[in-house]
Amino acid sequence: MFAIGDRVRTKVMNPSGHTRLPAYLRGRPGVVVWDLGPLPFADARAAGDVAASQRAFTVRFANPDVWGTDADPHGSVCADLYASYLEPE
Amino acid sequence: MTHDHDHGEGHGDVHETSAGASNRVKALVADLERAGMMTEAELDAVIETFLVHAQPANGARAIARAWLDDGFRARLLADGNAALAEIGIDLTHWSPVTLRVVANEPARHNVIVCTLCSCYPLALLGPSPTWYKSAAYRSRVVRDPRSVLAEFGTTVDADVEIVVWDSTAEVRYLVLPQRPSGTEGAPEAELAALVTRNGMIGTALV
Repeated sequence: MFAIGDRVRTKVMNPSGHTRLPAYLRGRPGVVVWDLGPLPFADARAAGDVAASQRAFTVRFANPDVWGTDADPHGSVCADLYASYLEPE
Repeated sequence: MTHDHDHGEGHGDVHETSAGASNRVKALVADLERAGMMTEAELDAVIETFLVHAQPANGARAIARAWLDDGFRARLLADGNAALAEIGIDLTHWSPVTLRVVANEPARHNVIVCTLCSCYPLALLGPSPTWYKSAAYRSRVVRDPRSVLAEFGTTVDADVEIVVWDSTAEVRYLVLPQRPSGTEGAPEAELAALVTRNGMIGTALV
């Protein structure tokens, strides 16, 4: 599992059902900044597993890693992502 | 009834007329009643409780307390739900959510959004403003927050980092603004009156 400070990369995925991994954050490198503990796992709940939960982490992505060289380099985007979206970088 | 054009105010995909939404909600409530899952009276009670409790004065009170009490501030940043429970604010009456409070600092400004839909700390800020739900705000503030904030009349200096927090149904965010200068010695109620809704979203300074 991940810990605060770990470098991670989001998976590239396009599931047919619901997912909480935003398209703009797929395949991006980031850093874990908060451990949210287990949360209701929206992807599985939307598919009918109404009790599903999964540990989630807040991951911070530097603007250039999301938007490229046109981005304001002095900023970042943070998103709350389930562990199954993440791989060690 | 829906229509696809933009209203020219950047509402984007928030294009459903209130009559259309209202009819759909009525049909849904009728179906749920028929299925024996709930009654309209139960729904009314939930909405009434929600409206009584959900207001920006809650958020403002928490911010003012954090400005006055370093211990409370630290607890608010570490575990928002527990800190709010200390001052009698219950976040669970609507649906269970994790609250994360993020603090503005001289070199870091925070702003919240929900790019997927309109997730928002309702219990602390009341119903969200229309622009918060607009496709324009949701798509632009993640990509170019400094320009979007400038359109709100909020200038964030180029050397101040801007962090955008993309909220979800499970995790809601509240911005802890910096305490305005010249407020030394002000009591909590006076400080709370300075705290604006947009200040707690991060689209304004306080």
